[in-house]
This record gives sequence, structure tokens and C-alpha cells, in this order.
Amino acid sequence: MSENLIEFNNISKFFGKVIALKNVTMRLKKGEIMCLLGDNGAGKSTLIKTLAGVHKPDEGEIVIEGKKTFFDSPKDALDIGIGTVYQDLALVPLMSVTRNFFMGREPLKGLPFFKTFDIEKANQIAAERMGQIGIDVRDPSQAVGTMSGGERQCLAISRAIYFGAKVLVLDEPTSALGVHQASMVLKYVVKAASQGLAVILITHNVHHAYPVGNSFTVLNRGKSLGTFNKKDISREELLGMMAGGEELDKLEVELEEMNRINN
Amino acid sequence: MSEKAKSIKSKKVSGQDERLKEVSKLRLLLNRPELGAVGGAVLVFIFFGIVAGDTGMFSAYGTLNFLDVSANLGIIAIAAAMLMIGGEFDLSIGSMIGFAGICIAIPAIYWGWPLWLSIIFAFAMAVLVGYFNGILVVRTGLPSFIVTLAMLFILRGATLAITRLITGRTQVPGLRVLIENDPIAWMFATDTFKWLFTWLGSMNLIALRTDGTPLATGIPPSVIWFIAATLFATWILMKTRYGNWIFASGGDKNGATNVGVPVGRVKISLFIGTAVAATIFATIQVLDAGSADTMRGNLKELEAIAAAVVGGCLLTGGYGSAIGAAFGALIFGTVSMGIFYTDVDTDWFKVFLGAMMLIAVVFNNYIRKRVTESK
Repeated sequence: MSENLIEFNNISKFFGKVIALKNVTMRLKKGEIMCLLGDNGAGKSTLIKTLAGVHKPDEGEIVIEGKKTFFDSPKDALDIGIGTVYQDLALVPLMSVTRNFFMGREPLKGLPFFKTFDIEKANQIAAERMGQIGIDVRDPSQAVGTMSGGERQCLAISRAIYFGAKVLVLDEPTSALGVHQASMVLKYVVKAASQGLAVILITHNVHHAYPVGNSFTVLNRGKSLGTFNKKDISREELLGMMAGGEELDKLEVELEEMNRINN
Repeated sequence: MSEKAKSIKSKKVSGQDERLKEVSKLRLLLNRPELGAVGGAVLVFIFFGIVAGDTGMFSAYGTLNFLDVSANLGIIAIAAAMLMIGGEFDLSIGSMIGFAGICIAIPAIYWGWPLWLSIIFAFAMAVLVGYFNGILVVRTGLPSFIVTLAMLFILRGATLAITRLITGRTQVPGLRVLIENDPIAWMFATDTFKWLFTWLGSMNLIALRTDGTPLATGIPPSVIWFIAATLFATWILMKTRYGNWIFASGGDKNGATNVGVPVGRVKISLFIGTAVAATIFATIQVLDAGSADTMRGNLKELEAIAAAVVGGCLLTGGYGSAIGAAFGALIFGTVSMGIFYTDVDTDWFKVFLGAMMLIAVVFNNYIRKRVTESK
């Protein structure tokens, strides 16, 4: 299985007595989108932070392009090509598109000790990159606050890719979005994968995950219930596995009951 | 007919487009943080031009007077604005002014240090105080409002106690004689462009004393420092990587950290900036007065923050401008001096200061909503 771009083998993470993750294994090839599904408290956040280098796994190993790797910090993970887009996106609404795009990694020009932020170059790259994903930024110096939620998500993803991500980790990219905006983001995710990136899409929304995912890993109470290829599992089965399935069924029954009484 | 109609229609459309562009330009201007302060300053000048235009307020002497007051406030207001953009407050600026004053005066007068060494000592202490403020805020995660409020009391108390311990009083006079021939003091104590004022005087263009020398002798050092500080801060904020980090640190601390901005270091350096600005303020005033007073700079921190807020800084951080803060200081300085030239009782100055701030906050809040509103 050396063709895997990235492998997380038997990752475990404990916080004192609490077992946050136990023996979670995920393997991704280039161009693959794996959806990580799980209800609240399933361990998704811990897993993301382990992928991003914020937490160190207590057990297990991370293998990237056949090499065993350790992260000491988020920066290590970034350098090795794991780009994490958190739910809060790390965007500042009051700052311009350009200033956000290059936040922390500003291109410089000029003499040593008098290096200045190369705004012209930054503006040009930002506008170009946003144009590629079909977002027409009329003015890259406009504040990010004027963009829609989907556009912001795309900006954050585009930024991660521009700065060298080989593996994209997306934390709930569609949770705060409407249908139209969500589909815009998902379309972009598929496009990114088709260009050779591996994508880990974390979500609790099966309806968003199922159309775009190649494989699905379901987390429940810190353990992986397994990884399934798309052809082996249906949307309903996935939903059922996410612990939420049963409860949704129950809810449906209860609502019908209420309707009957009201009528 | 259809051809004609089409051409009219297309003309109409292009006409609309042009108008849209104009609107967006106006919008762009409206979205600048310093707009309120610049507009306010214009209004203030118009007001005093009408009310006090013939009283000598706008003579060379009068102008330099209110510019001097504005510039002194401006030096600390700009540093306070940068810190606010970085998402923090410094309430210890005023106390730092008093502290820096005695850091210059006591070594120079009582310990026999040369004046230049005392001045360097004061700046070194400022860096220490700023670093301490910063590291406390960054490490503890406590609101800087509380941390620097504590520092406000600690510094003012220490200034008073140490001065009384060493000198037995609360003022340290006798500095004026040390300024001459000092290698550093001239930077804080020399009027510039004297030749210009002498020439203007000789041409009878500005008011003269009875001995024939001009009443206004030159541009005071505070004004030069103020202009330099405004340009430097604006350059940093708009043109450098560090400037982008300041906006990012104040706009979203966690987000900035996640993309690799050294938020802690940025904030600590900004705290050092406010303490150093307070020391520049103190040095200019101490050398001008020839004495250090333990109560010097009292309440200046609030005026500095007020000027920064009028200048468009948001209290929540991440937004603002140095030019705005400079104009905010100009407004306060002009009114505080100009009020002497009118019939209005000077007691009303504080009322004005408060009202101005309220209007500014409401206005800036509106601007922020415009900037961040979704399409």
C-alpha cells in the first residue's frame, strides 16, 4: 500500500483517563476524498487537531509518502503539506481579501531590514487564485466581511492549497452554509481533489458528504467503525451508523404522532 | 425605431454604470477608518475660524501653540492606536509619562549622571515596563484593560514613593541648565526652522516681541516627533508584514495564530511601543519645563485612547489607522487651546471631549457594519 499519500495507522489519543481516540486508521491516495463522519463528541475535533499537529498521538503512526513522520507543532504539519482549514477559517472579516490570503506569509520586497509587504504582487495573486475558483473579486482590497460564507470557505481552502497543501483537512466546511453555498464549496473540493490533492472532509452532514466522497470513515465515541468505499455503502446505512440515525427515526415517529394529535 | 431605441437604451445603461462607479468610489472613501476624524478636524477648524478667527488663535504663535498640544497628545495617541488595532489597551501610558520623567530627572540631578545617559535610562525602563505589560497580558490571557489598570496604579505609586524617598518632594527641578551641549537632549528640546521664523519676523509677517525677535521662535520638537511618528506608524501598518500581523492579531487572535502569525510577540512589541511613546512625551515635556513632576501625564492614557477612537480605531481591535489617531489628537489639541480664544468657559472642554468620543463610536460602529455587511 505504498501508493498511499498519507496513512494514519492505529492513532490513539488519551487525555488523562479519557480515551478520546482509539485505534483510528485512515489511508488516502492522491485525488481521493475521504469523508470523516461522526456525531458531536465522536472525537472529530481531537482527530483534526492530531492531523494538524496540535496534539501528538499517544499511540500509532503517521506515514506520509511512505515515510514515518512525527509532528511537533502545527508548523511541522504545515511544512509537510497538511493544510488544515478550521471551522473558524482563520479569516479576519475586517481585513482585505489579499491581507487575509497572505496573513502570516506575506510576500516581501525591497532591501534587507527595509523589506516591505509586496501588496501589488499579493493583490495580483489573490485575485488570480480567487478567479480560478470562479469567485470574481472585483477588488482584492475589499474586506472579507463583504463576502458570502461559501466564498470565505473557498478563500480559506484556496489559501491552504496555494501555500503547498498536499493533504487538505476541512473541518465542517459546509455546516454554516445554505444549500447553494454548500454546493459551491463542495464543487471546489472535488476540483481540488481532481488536481491531485488528498482531502479529508470532516462533517456530520451525510447529505453533503455522500455525493463528493470516495470513501467514508465513521467515528463513534472515539473509535472508528470502519472505512467504507462508496460502492459498498448507501447513504441511509451511513446515516444509521452515525448514532444519529436511530434518533432521527424516532424523531420522525414522534413528529407523525404530534401531527396526528394536532389534526 | 428599434435601432434608435437600442442605442438610447445602451446609453442609459452605460450612464448608470458610470454613476455606479462614482458611488463605489464614495463608498471606498466612506470605508476608510480615518474619515470621521478628518471630517471632524475640518469642522473644528471651520468652527474656530468663525468664532475665534480674529483673536490670534490662527496667528503663527497661536497655531504653534495648539499644534504643540495636539502633537504631544498625538505621539501617545498613535502608539495607543497601534496597540488598539493589535487588540489591546494600555491604561498605564499616563503613569508611564510620570515615571519616565523622574527616570530622567533623578539620575541627572541627584546621581550626577549626564543628561543623555538619564534619557537613555528612561527609554530602557520604558522598554522594560512595556515588555512586562505585554508578557503579562500574553501569558495570563487576562484582559489588558485589567493588567494595565493595575500598572497604572503601580507605576504612579512607585513614581511618587521613589521620588519622595530620594528627594523628599514630588517635583525635581533644575534640568534646564543641563540641556545645553548635551548630545541627545537637543532631539527633544530644540525648536526647528528658526531661520524661517526669524525671516518671517524680519519681514513683519508674524508678531514680534518688543525686542524685535519673533513671538513664535520655531517649530517645537513635539510637532516634528508627531509628524515622524504618524508617517512611521502609517508605513508600518500599510506597507510592512509586521503591519499585517498587527491587524491580524487584533482582528482574530486564534485565526492569526493558526496561520503562523506570532501574535504574542506582536502584542508585546506594541506594549513596548506605547511605553516608549509615553517616554518621548515625557522627555519633551520635562526638558521644556525644566522639571519633572510625579503627577505629569495624569489621565493622558484616556485622552490617547479617546483620540484613537475618534480616529476610527475599534475597541474590539483589528481596525483603525495612525492618520486617524493623529487627526483625533489634532481635534482635541485644537479645541483645548481654541476654547481659550472663545467666550466659552474652559470647563466645557471635557464635555466636548466626551461628546466627541460618543459621536465617533456611533459613527465608527456604523462604518464597521458597512465594511463587513454581506453582499
